[in-house]
Amino acid sequence: MASDGLEARLAQPAPIPLDAELGCRPGELLALVGPSGAGKTTILRAIAGIIRPREGFIACNGEVWFDAARNLSLPPQRRRVGLVFQDYALFPHLSARANVTAALGHVARAKRDVRARELLELVHLGGLGERRPDQLSGGQRQRVALARALAREPAVLLLDEPFAAVDQVTRRKLQRELALLRRAIAAPTILVTHDLAEAAALADRMSVLHHGKTLQHGTPDEIANRPATPLVARLMDQPNVFAGTVAARDAAAGLLTLRWGETLLEARDDGRFRPGDQVAWMIGAAAIVMHRRERPSRGERENPVSGSIAELLFFGDTASVSLRVGESANAPVLTFSVSAHTARRNALTPGAAATVSLLADAIHLMPPGE
Amino acid sequence: MDWTALRLSLALALWTTLVLLPLAVLVARALAWRRFPGKGFVEALIALPLVLPPTVVGYYLLAAAGRAAPLGQLYEAAFGGPLVFTFEGLVAASLLVNLPFAVQPLQRAFEAVPEQLREAAWCSGLSRAATFARIEMPLAWPGLASAAALTFAHTLGEFGVVLMVGGSIPGETRTISIAIYDRVQAFAMGDAAAMSAVLLALSFVAVGVVYGLGQRALVRRR
Repeated sequence: MASDGLEARLAQPAPIPLDAELGCRPGELLALVGPSGAGKTTILRAIAGIIRPREGFIACNGEVWFDAARNLSLPPQRRRVGLVFQDYALFPHLSARANVTAALGHVARAKRDVRARELLELVHLGGLGERRPDQLSGGQRQRVALARALAREPAVLLLDEPFAAVDQVTRRKLQRELALLRRAIAAPTILVTHDLAEAAALADRMSVLHHGKTLQHGTPDEIANRPATPLVARLMDQPNVFAGTVAARDAAAGLLTLRWGETLLEARDDGRFRPGDQVAWMIGAAAIVMHRRERPSRGERENPVSGSIAELLFFGDTASVSLRVGESANAPVLTFSVSAHTARRNALTPGAAATVSLLADAIHLMPPGE
Repeated sequence: MDWTALRLSLALALWTTLVLLPLAVLVARALAWRRFPGKGFVEALIALPLVLPPTVVGYYLLAAAGRAAPLGQLYEAAFGGPLVFTFEGLVAASLLVNLPFAVQPLQRAFEAVPEQLREAAWCSGLSRAATFARIEMPLAWPGLASAAALTFAHTLGEFGVVLMVGGSIPGETRTISIAIYDRVQAFAMGDAAAMSAVLLALSFVAVGVVYGLGQRALVRRR
């Protein structure tokens, strides 16, 4: 058991099923991601000591906060957590400054006021300390909540969907501020979010949850590009997940041949699969490269796949292309994006033929099934 | 004008309010936030005095706490005097019939305090006692004021239970509402009119306070 940072193992069959394990080192930001109802908030509440799971263990910096086996559970007051609630849970009858001061019980009375002002300055709210929560904007309230959570000098900082309740412009701004503020926060930080882009942008590591169960830990890049299972890939919003069979293996060259319907694809061999194995496989949309009509482009000889365009949608500057590989209506469909400019120059239209390359390095094989 | 009766009524209302409110805070808080078997039954029991004729409540109190009943005898053994037909007896009866007037506004007030605020207080390091004093009560205080005003006014006006349990002993159990009844029986309509006007004014102020606070709480929540 590492003595630095937070370690948690939580399990219970009901009311919200949990089977989760996570670790977060000092200075690290761990994002808990997963669909609504995956148990993300429940895990935060268990770490904070608001709820008590049936089984498990929570320790922070070597201090045991919860151990079901020993029937030990410290109350929230003794856990030194800073928790930013989803809708902030500011005390409505107190000013912003008094909200922060409320969490400064461990500081000598005479110093509380100064410290509260410093914290409000830190979150860019200097001068608004006397306002009550109903006199602040959503973004300002979130900052007060963050200042209050930091006031306790938390051993772990817990953020429950802290950007969910504000508009997009404010969200981007607050996300930038958090990224900057993180340099000053030594405590391990756990961010609950269902926004994958937010998790990828802010987190050092991610933990994917589904129905209360931890499916995979890893860096945002690992989880996005090398998901452990097809389920993780789907939860990470990967559109290109398919079934295939390993046709051949060339261990010396480090290559596998993958049979995907009628098509044979070349992929990296990571040593886990043998010829004849049924596999699931995926490819990130960024590794699907359109062939230009007029001249060859990068990786043209790599896994060329031809099909017809089933759907073309313009989203501002980009175009989302769905390419049906094969003639039948239930043939697999590859989804990827090109710039709107490229789509127009190549005269992409629904029904038109197109060829793409699937970059071999980006083809990722997984065990079949869930 | 029976000043003794007015003084007695005010004393009864004050004592009832002072004793009942702390009790009602505990009960209302538990009813607002806890789930336990038989909760609906407890809530119904507390609401009962709202619909029961005061004479029925008074009858059962007499039956339970009279000098022949075990409870009455126990009280007499402990305090050296009977409970019924005394001021203490009136306070006890008054506590019972005022339960819904004290508990219900407080329960509504505590229910309006989001549970997350208490959790946020704990996570800010506030003890349960500090959370109660600094977060819960300041947010629930309009409910407390309503409960106090309603209990006070309702006790001033209570008639049936007082008559059943207290009789009409001057200086001991003859409250202003009983005195009004007595004066009317004696055709002293002038006295009755004066006392009725005083009671009307006091009740109006109390109810005004309740509605005024309700408005303020609404404005604040917006």
